[in-house]
Amino acid sequence: MRHTLDVRVSPYAYVAPFFLLFCAFGLFPLVYTAWVSLHEWTLLSDTQEFIGLGNYATLLADGYFWNATFNTLSIGVLSTVPQLALAIWLAHLLNRRLRFQTLFRIALLLPNVTSVVAVVVIFSQLFGRDFGMINWILGWFGAGHVDWAAGTATSHIALSVMIMWRWTGYNALIFLAAMQAVPRELYEAATIDGAANFTQLRKITIPMIRPTIIFVVIVSTIGAMQIIAEPMLFGQSSGGGGGIATGGPDRQFQTLALFVYENGFANSTLDFGYASAASWLMFVAVVVVAGINFLITRRVRGGLV
Amino acid sequence: MAPRMRRFGLPLLTASVLALATACGGGGDGAGTASESSAQPAEKIKLTVGLFGDFGFKPLYAEYQKTHPNIEIVENVTQFNDHHSNLVKRLATNAGAGDVEAVEVGYISTFTAQPAKFTDLKQYGLDQRQADYLDWKWQQGLSKDGAQVLGLGTDVGGLAMCYRKDLFKKAGLPDGRDEVSALWPTWEQYIETGKKFAAADVAGAKFVDSPGEIFRAMVNQAPTGLYDAQDTIIVESNPDVKKAWDLSNQLTADGLTAKLAAFSPPWNTGFAKGSFATIICPAWMTGFIQEQAKDSAGKWDIASVPGGSGNSGGSHLMVPKQSKHPKEAAELINFLTSKENQAKVFKEEGTFPSIPALYDDPSIQNFTKPFFGDAPIGKIYSEAAKALKPQHLGPKEADVRTAIGNGLGRVEQGKQTPDEAWAQVLEDVKKIK
Repeated sequence: MRHTLDVRVSPYAYVAPFFLLFCAFGLFPLVYTAWVSLHEWTLLSDTQEFIGLGNYATLLADGYFWNATFNTLSIGVLSTVPQLALAIWLAHLLNRRLRFQTLFRIALLLPNVTSVVAVVVIFSQLFGRDFGMINWILGWFGAGHVDWAAGTATSHIALSVMIMWRWTGYNALIFLAAMQAVPRELYEAATIDGAANFTQLRKITIPMIRPTIIFVVIVSTIGAMQIIAEPMLFGQSSGGGGGIATGGPDRQFQTLALFVYENGFANSTLDFGYASAASWLMFVAVVVVAGINFLITRRVRGGLV
Repeated sequence: MAPRMRRFGLPLLTASVLALATACGGGGDGAGTASESSAQPAEKIKLTVGLFGDFGFKPLYAEYQKTHPNIEIVENVTQFNDHHSNLVKRLATNAGAGDVEAVEVGYISTFTAQPAKFTDLKQYGLDQRQADYLDWKWQQGLSKDGAQVLGLGTDVGGLAMCYRKDLFKKAGLPDGRDEVSALWPTWEQYIETGKKFAAADVAGAKFVDSPGEIFRAMVNQAPTGLYDAQDTIIVESNPDVKKAWDLSNQLTADGLTAKLAAFSPPWNTGFAKGSFATIICPAWMTGFIQEQAKDSAGKWDIASVPGGSGNSGGSHLMVPKQSKHPKEAAELINFLTSKENQAKVFKEEGTFPSIPALYDDPSIQNFTKPFFGDAPIGKIYSEAAKALKPQHLGPKEADVRTAIGNGLGRVEQGKQTPDEAWAQVLEDVKKIK
């Protein structure tokens, strides 16, 4: 009797800590935010009026919300696509017998352990308008001074570079782990058949690590949709002006998460209701975009599997 | 004191902890302690002071602890914007605020509108300090109905214009402070001077850093600013605001700005590189310039501001209700804002006292700073402070200013014409609840 109770109950006890923490820090905030989003709710007032979907209606008519959505998608595409291509290529390079293998692999992870504040502060200087190194180098080729933070496209490129700097190596390591599980014989056979290096990557490696690619694409998409620290710090350290969370005076690089922060925390109104509604729409957007990416990457099929 | 002084001088969140040996204070004044009611050593109390820059208080803490050995003072310094928005959050959630919190004038009405969140300093007799203060500075620290004393003033930001003598000389302009002051009694003449400066084409230097702070100064010189006395936002209907907007954009249109937003890291670099020849100079700015442009001692000087007197910046110290030691915090505020200590802080940091009795005090009147070519900064800012006409500030000053600042930035970055930007500013301002 005692024994069966142990067998039946103890597994639940073992998984319970995760679910308790998830409920406290995952599920509860999600539900509570939904509740808040249905109210006229600011931190400063003691009364909260129920307004149904009013916040959502205002939000969908708010040009700044759509601007932030566009910026998020644009920065997401600009940073994720080259990042993953680069990561696969780096992993492919490291997936051979090399000297100092461990050293290279650790080096890949270094940008990721650097503090995001340090990364953005340094990159903001590199992308500086007057004394930045990138403009200095562009000057050699006769290109004029680019005011990186001022333009929509240029600021998105600058931010994408920062994001890629931090995450490419990390993703390369995940790809590398998957690549090492691909049987060597496949490559040997391909070599005998006369397939070139790039063909092997395309025809063997990529199809074989497809589940990993799907995983990395989904995780990177979710990450890219939630970018906040980079644009916020870039705005404060680039000299272009603008509010603390507006992403430049023209909101040219305000992302969705930054939009939420602006309304919920940076404005002195502290409009929690509005910010919660924006968070929920952002959540929906993340699910939709991640779903689309899942469908697309699932179609990446090779001849092998 | 100063709005946003040294916001970026240190990493985003700097906590400087003063760990002075409080124990050693006991020996010297043993007799004094014994004569007090209790013979027991007083309970150890830690007071936290939340600031948004270097207020120049550190030497004062040390002095205070000599007479109050049981008090330990910890200073938390955060960035200007973060400081104020964090304070709002901490008041709302009733946790995490310091015992003493600094509030800049742009936010003071936001906080005095919530008297329940702060300690009424009257309880601790600080209403007696009223006679010391500039009347309008005192009024700003009161609750809306005037019944409670919620904050005591530190400094005021009387306006002047700082300029680079060497760059003026290179441009063939006069460089003595009286001649320079004579160049620009009005803002229009200031812009004309700027055009002459630009025509001389001094390498690497523009006339002004950016229009943002100039705009703020111009609005502050008007009898009413962004709000009317009933706390209604009057950005659209106040002709003085529109005039300031137009003049600020004129600076951009004439190519006079270095496009360096105030308090950003490239702006700091601009000081070191001499990227701009003039900068609007409330008293607290002098300390900032001195800190940022260490190598250019003697190159800066101070002239009078175009367009008459005005106030830009200045702070109050407040005690949140959640403080566990409101009495000690109030005593500390009384000490930090005392006449003697405001004079001391001025001499070190440049933040100008809000106590008019000091303005004719010879030690202030005759105070000069070698960094500014021995400019008589005591005299300049005394005159500025005496001539100040107070302006009513509304509860969302900071948000309104951000909206307008973004508009100026859009014009500066060439994204919009001034008219388009103004239309968007008005839209943004309407949305402020």
